[in-house]
Amino acid sequence: MSNPLRDPRDKRLPRVAGPCGMVLFGVTGDLAQKKVMPAIYDLANRGLLPPGFSLVGYARRDWANEDFAQVVHDAVREHARTGFREEVWSQLADGFRFVPGDFADDNAFEQLCKTVSELDESRGTAGNRAFYLSIPPKFFPDVVRQLKKHGLADPGSPDASGRVPWRRVVVEKPFGSDLTTARELNRLLEEVFPPHSVFRIDHYLGKETVQNILAMRFANQFFEPIWNRAYIDHVQITMAEDIGIGSRAGYYDGIGAARDVLQNHLLQLLALIAMEEPVSFKADDLRAEKEKVLSAIRLPADLATATARGRYAAGWQGGEKVIGYLDEHAIPADSRTETYAAVKLELDTRRWAGVPFYLRTGKRLGRRVTEVALVFSRVPHLPFEATAVEELGQNALVFRIQPDEGVTLRFGSKVPATSMEVRDVNMDFDYGDSFAESSPEAYERLILDMLLGEPPLFPRSREVELSWEMLDPIEAFWATQGPPEDYPAGTWGPDSGDELLRRDGRTWRRP
Amino acid sequence: MSTSLSDTSASEINKALSDVRRAHGGLTAGHVMTLIMITDGHGNGPEVQSTCRTAGEHPSRILVVRRHPNETCVGLDAEVFGAGERGPGELVILDLSGELAWHAESVVVPLLIPDTPVVTFWPGNGPDDPSADPLGRLSQRRITDLAAGDDAPGRLAARAAHYTDGDTDLAWTRLTLWRSVLATALDDVYSHPTGGVVAAEPGNASAELLAMWLSARLGIPVQREESTGPGLTEVRLSLPDGEVTLRRTDGRLAMLSSPGHHERPIALKRRDLSELINEELRRLDADDIYAECLATIRETETREGAQ
Repeated sequence: MSNPLRDPRDKRLPRVAGPCGMVLFGVTGDLAQKKVMPAIYDLANRGLLPPGFSLVGYARRDWANEDFAQVVHDAVREHARTGFREEVWSQLADGFRFVPGDFADDNAFEQLCKTVSELDESRGTAGNRAFYLSIPPKFFPDVVRQLKKHGLADPGSPDASGRVPWRRVVVEKPFGSDLTTARELNRLLEEVFPPHSVFRIDHYLGKETVQNILAMRFANQFFEPIWNRAYIDHVQITMAEDIGIGSRAGYYDGIGAARDVLQNHLLQLLALIAMEEPVSFKADDLRAEKEKVLSAIRLPADLATATARGRYAAGWQGGEKVIGYLDEHAIPADSRTETYAAVKLELDTRRWAGVPFYLRTGKRLGRRVTEVALVFSRVPHLPFEATAVEELGQNALVFRIQPDEGVTLRFGSKVPATSMEVRDVNMDFDYGDSFAESSPEAYERLILDMLLGEPPLFPRSREVELSWEMLDPIEAFWATQGPPEDYPAGTWGPDSGDELLRRDGRTWRRP
Repeated sequence: MSTSLSDTSASEINKALSDVRRAHGGLTAGHVMTLIMITDGHGNGPEVQSTCRTAGEHPSRILVVRRHPNETCVGLDAEVFGAGERGPGELVILDLSGELAWHAESVVVPLLIPDTPVVTFWPGNGPDDPSADPLGRLSQRRITDLAAGDDAPGRLAARAAHYTDGDTDLAWTRLTLWRSVLATALDDVYSHPTGGVVAAEPGNASAELLAMWLSARLGIPVQREESTGPGLTEVRLSLPDGEVTLRRTDGRLAMLSSPGHHERPIALKRRDLSELINEELRRLDADDIYAECLATIRETETREGAQ
């Protein structure tokens, strides 16, 4: 029976997740406390969580439910984006439970079973549960097997109206560290959960500005006709961080910038920029186009001239003296991990043949910025004196993903004066700081989509495997080379990174 | 720093707006709309402030129109605030005196941002027929607030009689969270309600609208009960096997109970004006569901008139 109070024309009513609960593994982690818990509070504050929504924490801590509630409380107080309201808190806190135990502990998992059943009864979560694995990947196998063993992942039995309760699992990157491990992970997850119940979070896809790439491309008339090799000279995708590795040494060393960022965030951005128009924005149609374009990626024959990697050395960054990568805590002196990676990729499609895509990412670079720049070809003929266009560069369309979210169009304009002189100017569209303030954070959007069972923003296993197929040969090539080239912290990376474009007669934008 | 202009004109105000923009380094938020606010009188400071805050989500130029038809001298005074001074958007306060007060549109038209939507908002007693108002006619969306004046039931009937696509009222906006929770509650109920009750403090226009909505959507009689408030306090829907109850007595936290479930707390805050306006500005197309509620009111009136 359809609900007579719902009507597709009633656009004010928000999409509220149906009755459900979430089990969070790894409640003491940074990500859980800085992102997941605050996002849950913010969703509740916006009225998007169902009444009775429950959160079960699982960790090796000697905590009672109240201690767990206190941890969530502190995390929410410190990191939530919406204001703290006592009544929202009481709605949520009623549904907090904590189960102590490690990942091999059968008794603890039995306790977890009892807890979620009790919540179905007392809070009306109706058997719908999400398992959020906010834990290091090495623990995935243990947890997933335990979920299976204790029947937590089994499909539930239909209720009075024939609705079958759902089970979903959420994992964060890294999705493996190469093709082999990625496949192992996919097999492990999909042995226990059907593919449509596995939600891989790449938080970049939850960002408004990333989703706006699709709106810009496919809702407008004047971009698509020039979105091809006839007009575009090349594409630059940059994700730069100003911070070092901080306390992530244990995770980062041996992984490096390419696996950490390039393989997932940058390739997803490339896919959204380069893909053909999907038939619809339904998950399957969207993923079909992303997979198609990812499978068209071709690595240049000579990896030595088509890739660059670097490692930050001590230097000055934004007025602060900072140490080099090798001096960071717990980094071995013989580490060969790169903190900067750049690659040149080409796409074997009619639209993009001959248009290089330059991707770069790094830590301790000039400033924190993520952007995608489409740089246009020069005009075939300039009917001006050579001196008039000396300062005219190439037109560019730039998606500023973060910070200063927005779009920049760069084009030539006459300098006001009696003589003819053309110079580059920028036209900006800004979401504006305060405008973005009220838009939901990426994690809110993704957690809500997961609870609603809407998968368009989550990469599927095939996308993950395709991106490792691209990166594995590069990593293998780098493994045969010496240590990465040092670059001073606070600069835009090693010379080899600049040389990558210089060889093609191009330069990186200063983002 | 604001610019005060006395005995001025729309073109001088436009010049002042671009001067302010230049002084700030030429940076403007990409304004997405012009919001006309008709306050008539000086005592609407809080409403103007709340509206200015909405520019955070909806960067807009806000034109506050204050009409003083009883002044003897005819003239226009204005105060111009650049973006960032009274909120993220631009703000112009217009004082129209004497005969000019009856021709506010002549001042407003040149100040509208080109080719972007216009919204008119009456924070006080709005006109019975907003789309016939000269300033209402300029806009795609006309926001009134039944709760701000007296005789809410009488004015609700007048609004229903004159409804035009693009009309909306904050008394309806205030219901969104209630409607969302009630819809969610019925998501996991498998029988059809047979009757309902809406309780609120006396003269609450939102309660009337909620009763109309429930009655129209569910095809059931919905009774009205009076309570001590604040605002809406309770909705009960009778089912063959029990009752769905949503009760809020403190204006903040509600309790939801339905057959087969324990009572569950749910945050249901009375939202402030800027939150309500923010919701209104998110959509500028006609609100079909609101229109249906008003149509139900018209039908009821006609039926009662015939009897």
